[in-house]
Amino acid sequence: MGTSKLLLAAGLLSALPVQAETFYEMSGKVTADLRYFTQDAKFQNQDYNTNLSFTVEPEFYWEWNDGNDNLTFTPFLRIDENDSQRTHGDIRELSWVHIGDDWELRTGIRKVFWGVTEFQHLVDVINQTDAVDDFDGEDKLGQQMINLSLVRGWGIVDLYLLPGFRERTFVGDEGRLRAGLAVNDDHTTYESGAGKNHIDTAIRWSHTLGDFDLGAYWFRGTNRDPKLQAKNVNGSTVLAPYYEQMDQIGFDLQATIDSWLWKIEGIHRDTSSENYWAAQGGFEYTFYGIQESAADLGVLLEYGWDERGTDADAAIQNDLFMGARLALNDAESTEMLAGISHDIDYDSQSLIIEASRRVGDDWKISLDGRFFSSDDPADLSYSINQDDHLQLTVERYF
Amino acid sequence: MTLLNKSLKTLLITSLIAAPAIASAETAEEKGMRIAVEAKESDNGWQDMQANMNMILRNKLGQESIREIRMKSLEVDGDGDKSLSVFDKPSDVKGTAFLSFSHSIGADDQWLYLPKLKRVKRIASRNKSGPFMGSEFSYEDLSSFEVEKYTYKFIKEEACEGGTCNVVEQYPVDKNSGYTRRVVWLDQAEHRPWKIDFYDRKNSPLKTLTYHSYQEYKEKHWRADMMKMVNHQTGKSTDLTYGSYTFQTGLSDSDFNKNTLKRAR
Repeated sequence: MGTSKLLLAAGLLSALPVQAETFYEMSGKVTADLRYFTQDAKFQNQDYNTNLSFTVEPEFYWEWNDGNDNLTFTPFLRIDENDSQRTHGDIRELSWVHIGDDWELRTGIRKVFWGVTEFQHLVDVINQTDAVDDFDGEDKLGQQMINLSLVRGWGIVDLYLLPGFRERTFVGDEGRLRAGLAVNDDHTTYESGAGKNHIDTAIRWSHTLGDFDLGAYWFRGTNRDPKLQAKNVNGSTVLAPYYEQMDQIGFDLQATIDSWLWKIEGIHRDTSSENYWAAQGGFEYTFYGIQESAADLGVLLEYGWDERGTDADAAIQNDLFMGARLALNDAESTEMLAGISHDIDYDSQSLIIEASRRVGDDWKISLDGRFFSSDDPADLSYSINQDDHLQLTVERYF
Repeated sequence: MTLLNKSLKTLLITSLIAAPAIASAETAEEKGMRIAVEAKESDNGWQDMQANMNMILRNKLGQESIREIRMKSLEVDGDGDKSLSVFDKPSDVKGTAFLSFSHSIGADDQWLYLPKLKRVKRIASRNKSGPFMGSEFSYEDLSSFEVEKYTYKFIKEEACEGGTCNVVEQYPVDKNSGYTRRVVWLDQAEHRPWKIDFYDRKNSPLKTLTYHSYQEYKEKHWRADMMKMVNHQTGKSTDLTYGSYTFQTGLSDSDFNKNTLKRAR
């Protein structure tokens, strides 16, 4: 448990609504997704071409004290047909927010997003990636925190105290979309003697100046990206995560000018094994009302760079991204997105297509396709080059 | 002080416009402008406002789709309003929130909050002519009326539901507007709009908006409980109803920033 968690629990308990004027609401969604892999699996224990998975994510919300206090509880559960690691639960949010005149105190398990670019979220560092949930890195685990947010004329300052660390989730032995060796998190190790109880800190400033939205931060604590070390366990080799300590500064900037969104974000990360710069930048341009219709077409171009080059253990080190986003702006909110990434060093590509629309008032249906092409075994995406798949998702909101 | 400035400015504008009318006849353009200034001035001083907004979208076959939005607005002296809207329905966009600082001249500043990713996104405000949530209302139809957004021409007087109406043509200044012109029926007694005909970029009739069930708030601010927009080219329509209007609830600048956007819900 640790004192930090007790502290959080005590904070939450003291915040529980006592007044009669409490507003309560429940909402949420359940989903079913079916993946169809177009090629046979590359590794052992992946001997299937279809995979069915279900999720449930309700949200419970209380508000009292004239809306100046609120509590949100969002549990999450996924059941997966084949991968026992992907069958997992998480508390996405269990947090109390108290609102003052020009400040807010947010306490509990929460999610925070930083950044502006679309193809990689380089500066987004507070929450751990729920990598087993989906492979695009957009799903995050809830992070314990105390966050004081101050609104000033010169911007918003956020102070974070992050007691306790969340380990990254990984696809299991029976899961597809993984490296040749599955990651075994029973053998996770840490640089810090405090292990996963290390208390991380961060401070971020963000502001809007005319057409520019900008942010900068300093983070000190456990690196969310583990080093994966090959270990011999009972005669077989496994990959074991090792989490270092890091100091990271980051910045992000978006200029919104007419139909253009210009974006750049960058980090400098300093750990005991390396220190380096990395950046992602580009633009999005939108054609509004194309062909005399209500539809908008956005075109995106981004470039990702990592100072370490091919020595980087990150998938994006010298990569170019192109995308197109079509929004029909109809009553069903029909949208299509296509993105191609090209790794310039390894000459490998991946293609992602997403299409979605609402059906009736409470249903949504999406069809995604992900396709990979990589011939160089040194490329991180080489191990998933037989994992091309289509995914049909049905969501029911309540 | 600002109020004083404002009434001084009004006095100046009205006297400037009114003065030649004494000497010689007021031109149709001048009269159109004067009517717009009077309409804007008659509604000044609402300070802040909260309301629920419901939309019923109907397609040609009569199939319906619902939108539910809660909104807060703040009057800004000498510029466009600030507003914060939260979506309740459809359920897949529940919790999505929209912050807008509108400006009488130049692009508005707009941010969208996406609750699934907890992400605040600055968005381009260039898409004034695009449909709002798939409805027949475009973003520009829902933005606040500012005198500087149009040039004007008085057409005629005509009997209307609100008594006698001034019929005025309004020509959008913004090149990104979806319209060549709007023809507006404003009653002479209270400066309330009763009907607007919209003409598309080719100057063909596009949509008609009608206002129903006006209520008076704070003894001077008239708001329609319902607005009906009909698209003549597609046969689709949208009914927009407002409920739970409250004025002067004490909102201020500090209720309209990225932090309030993130917890708008």
